[in-house]
Amino acid sequence: MLKNKKENAFFFLGYYRTFAPIFREPKNGVLRPIFLSVMQKTFLTKFLFVTALFVSIAAFATEAESNEGGEKDLKAEITDYIGHHLKDSHDFSLFSIQQNDGTKKHIGFPLPVILWDDGLKVFSSSKFHHGETVAEVDGHYYKLYHSKIYKTDADGTINYDEKHHATNAKPLDFSITKGVVMIFITGLLMFLLFRGLARSYAKNGSIPKGIGRFFEPIVLYIRDDIAISNIGEKRYKKYMPFLLTVFFFIWFLNMFGLTPLGVNVTGNIAVTTALAIVTFLLTNLTGTKDYWKHLFDPLGDSMPWYGKLPLYVILIPIEILGIFIKPFSLLIRLYANMQAGHIVVMSLIGLMFIFKSWIGSPLSFGLAFAISLIEILVALLQAYIFTMLSALYFGFASEEHDHAEAH
Amino acid sequence: MTIPRIVGAGLIVIGVGVGIGKIGGQAMEAIARQPEAYGKIQTAMLIAAALIEGIGFAALFATAELDG
Repeated sequence: MLKNKKENAFFFLGYYRTFAPIFREPKNGVLRPIFLSVMQKTFLTKFLFVTALFVSIAAFATEAESNEGGEKDLKAEITDYIGHHLKDSHDFSLFSIQQNDGTKKHIGFPLPVILWDDGLKVFSSSKFHHGETVAEVDGHYYKLYHSKIYKTDADGTINYDEKHHATNAKPLDFSITKGVVMIFITGLLMFLLFRGLARSYAKNGSIPKGIGRFFEPIVLYIRDDIAISNIGEKRYKKYMPFLLTVFFFIWFLNMFGLTPLGVNVTGNIAVTTALAIVTFLLTNLTGTKDYWKHLFDPLGDSMPWYGKLPLYVILIPIEILGIFIKPFSLLIRLYANMQAGHIVVMSLIGLMFIFKSWIGSPLSFGLAFAISLIEILVALLQAYIFTMLSALYFGFASEEHDHAEAH
Repeated sequence: MTIPRIVGAGLIVIGVGVGIGKIGGQAMEAIARQPEAYGKIQTAMLIAAALIEGIGFAALFATAELDG
């Protein structure tokens, strides 16, 4: 098909023969492009995309057929890697290197493991050797399995039920895991940052200096457009510390999640649950009389009691459910968004290893880059949404009914 | 069990996509009509979109993880 080297240059666009109508047929062995109309160009784009897709799928399929065992291992390994990244871990491993003898060398550092199992047990997670060996502490044996610590016998046997879940006993785990370390770092960072800012404001007479010029508009936005507009001029002040803290906490942790540190703290349902529980407690503990009245007597004096009774059988359970659904949706939203973002980025990077052809690297790099840019936006947006909805719920709870007559 | 789950996840994504798309589109129209109300419209849009998204994610997790 290819007669000489000049035609080779066009080969990277796809198959020479499929593009034959677009290029003048060679007379002396040179292909000349002809000018394309817009319609042809859109057609070309679609065509190129579909071709590229099928080429790569075909390339992948043949690869998989010829090398089934290896390919399967690779896919399983990528899935494992993504799953491992999404979970919290007992050591801070940055990356691992495959050595010549097939073993992996982990680059990172171990973290303290704190267990409560017939007394307090504290040891370094390096004893687990990344789940490869059994750790012995005071005559008890522990093993890491899927990032969780199980109690085992001396050989590290893990028993499974029929669904392949481990049935070994789990000790109470208070370890300083990777996520906890990141929470500490973020807390420290926020403490130093905002204390420094407060001092600089006190010294300079309320004129922002340095990094304050960046943070002042954000703080003011949270005060004016989130707190005041949702909670009201009178009562917003007591909620401001929580709103600012939760905003910067989520934002910073989301941004740390995008760095190559490989942490996924806000994508951990325990962390988002804790944040949502604080919102839940604040909402209900600071609720005014009107808030509770609205919950248990939503119709007020607009109806006689015998009219309200059949309605309240339905209304009050819904209102009570609503108290719990609000923070629940907060925690699910933050968790799922961060988790989904991490899965997408990691999967796109994984494409590079799946394709095994020239198209893989640029495709995976380009897509991962684009998604990462979107993730920077999502990191801010999720922090904003969490703060915004918290403020909205506080607003409901601290509302003083001026419109009681309107009911 | 896999195929019903995949179809369910697809249906959820279609529903959420239509919902958020409609919110976004109508917010655009509203902003075009009243550019000075941009800030308020955007806030309301984000809240509504976030509520739909929350339900969508909850449903996705139900399809993905219920059955172990």
